[in-house]
Amino acid sequence: MADPTLAARLDVDGLGARFGDVTAVADLDLSLEPGSFTALLGPSGCGKSTTLAMVAGLLTPTAGDVRLDGASLLGVPAERRPVSLVFQKPLLFPHLSVEQNVAYGLLARGRPRVRRRTGALTGAASRQEVVTQVEEMLERVRLGGLGRRRVGELSGGQEQRVALARALVLRPRLLLLDEPFSQLDADLRAEMRTLVRELHDEADLTTLFVTHDQDEAVELADTIVLMLDGRLAGAGAPEAFYTSPPSVAAARFFGATNEVAGTVVHGHFRGPGPLEPALRLPTTAPEGPAVLVVRPEAVGLGGDVPALVTATRFAGSDVLVDTTLPDGQCLRVRVPLGTRVAVGDRVLLALDTERCTVFAQEALR
Amino acid sequence: MRGRTSLPGLSGLGSPRGLRATTTVVVVAAVLLPLVPLLVWSVAGTWRYPDVVPGRFTRRGLDLVLDGEVVAATATSLLIAVTVAVLACAIGLSAGRAIGLYRFRGRRLVQFLLLAPVIVPGLAVTLGIQVFFVRYGLADTVLGVVLVQLMPTVPYAATLLGAAYANLDVDYERQARTLGSGPWRTFLTVTVPLLRPALVTTALLTFLISWSEYVLTLLIGGGQVTTLPLLLFAAIGSSDRTAAAALGLLVVLPPVVIVLLVARRLRGRDDAWMGLARG
Repeated sequence: MADPTLAARLDVDGLGARFGDVTAVADLDLSLEPGSFTALLGPSGCGKSTTLAMVAGLLTPTAGDVRLDGASLLGVPAERRPVSLVFQKPLLFPHLSVEQNVAYGLLARGRPRVRRRTGALTGAASRQEVVTQVEEMLERVRLGGLGRRRVGELSGGQEQRVALARALVLRPRLLLLDEPFSQLDADLRAEMRTLVRELHDEADLTTLFVTHDQDEAVELADTIVLMLDGRLAGAGAPEAFYTSPPSVAAARFFGATNEVAGTVVHGHFRGPGPLEPALRLPTTAPEGPAVLVVRPEAVGLGGDVPALVTATRFAGSDVLVDTTLPDGQCLRVRVPLGTRVAVGDRVLLALDTERCTVFAQEALR
Repeated sequence: MRGRTSLPGLSGLGSPRGLRATTTVVVVAAVLLPLVPLLVWSVAGTWRYPDVVPGRFTRRGLDLVLDGEVVAATATSLLIAVTVAVLACAIGLSAGRAIGLYRFRGRRLVQFLLLAPVIVPGLAVTLGIQVFFVRYGLADTVLGVVLVQLMPTVPYAATLLGAAYANLDVDYERQARTLGSGPWRTFLTVTVPLLRPALVTTALLTFLISWSEYVLTLLIGGGQVTTLPLLLFAAIGSSDRTAAAALGLLVVLPPVVIVLLVARRLRGRDDAWMGLARG
């Protein structure tokens, strides 16, 4: 048995999945460091669950490779991969009790080991050991003492905890989670996030977590991998998606609504016509037509870019102000509550250049 | 646990409990009442027209049932019916999986072909099949009878299990695989338990079809394979009412007992039985 504390490194190279004419996943590259917690983020239908199924061995990729610590998993059937998958639905076996559900994998994996090695029962094969491990695991997901329950007697949150326990008791080297909390209530979801993060840290796992919820990804993960239309649309630390998004699409997915068209000349982005020289910042983007992406909260009042207020909207902790630049482009600004702006005001805007990102026009596809 | 709510003062026919009791009485009466004349005939020595009860009783019927030939026929019937039920379930599981789970070109055709033996009179087909069975040495054998009885049973098995498969969430199987369970283990420990209600229904139905099968057994068995229905028809043909009644009871009672036992075992579970949808 592999060292139970040894989290694996996962490499996905050029992974592709096609169903007839439909391409679900194309040319996907991923690298998960041992012990990392990575969120695979994307809207529904972007191919993230398909990717997970290929890593778990439930689906054969049509291209590319999946490697665990360098060794290819292709050709290894799902049941022999040291990988556990928790689905969106708890999928507890209804004919088994809670503890039988948790023991299911141990018994399935333990059995061949007894046959091969003659003599003493090893690993998970001993009955007593299975019972002990199951009890310990239930304790860890805060379900101690519920082992004898029938599956139908559990609440939604409890069911998903059993599913987690059933996956983790196998000490997987890689844990895959496929939107495991999306069917739970908001407060329960928050609780489960905390639990999953704790379990991850305790067990020294490598975890790949699929979600369509950007907040969930940001809160939980060390690294976010964004998938759009079956393709990689950027990977990095959660903050990076806010301060320097890897692509325009990524910026849009994370709610950066401001896109200002301009030109890159001599390593500087220049706003169009009347905005020059007020809107000008250094960039590494290639020369030529370009677009500047900036989040509403990275724009404030009190700079030197002139604009006209066209609308204001109360947004809870602050106010969203829609403005029009002299050349007709729109810029949304987030200002603190109590800032005195009204429709028709002429204001001067300041862009936080640290949080502005410039992309070549072609990047807009 | 199943909640049993009953409002005070409303017990009796209107309450769920009263309704269930009434239903049970009606069903049991409908099943058992027709058996009463059979029961009386089986012990009647003479029973002439105006008499309400037979004039003379005999234990000839009981002796007959315990006779070596009848016991042997019962064993043969049981062997054939159990084998047919098991085989029909096995074939039905694989065919049902194909038509219930997968969408493929020609699926409707396969579905129709599976049902065809029920639509086309079995007698007509069997007359043709017999020629081949004689050629392959299957005629006059238990194996031949088992094979020919698959014809009227497999269509039902495939249809029932196909419907059950259509309701099956295959993610349970996928989950089992990722927990380290191989395809066979997954089938035995996850799929079969999930399909259990439908499997029980199918096994029962195919057992009963085989148990009461007469024409196909006669044609293929050629009088060499003697099952209970064959003895029963012989007795009816010879106008021996006592023997016919005794054998009739022997043919009818085991199925009734099995159905009641299984229904009792399955009641109180969450599974819907006979109906195929799972809650």
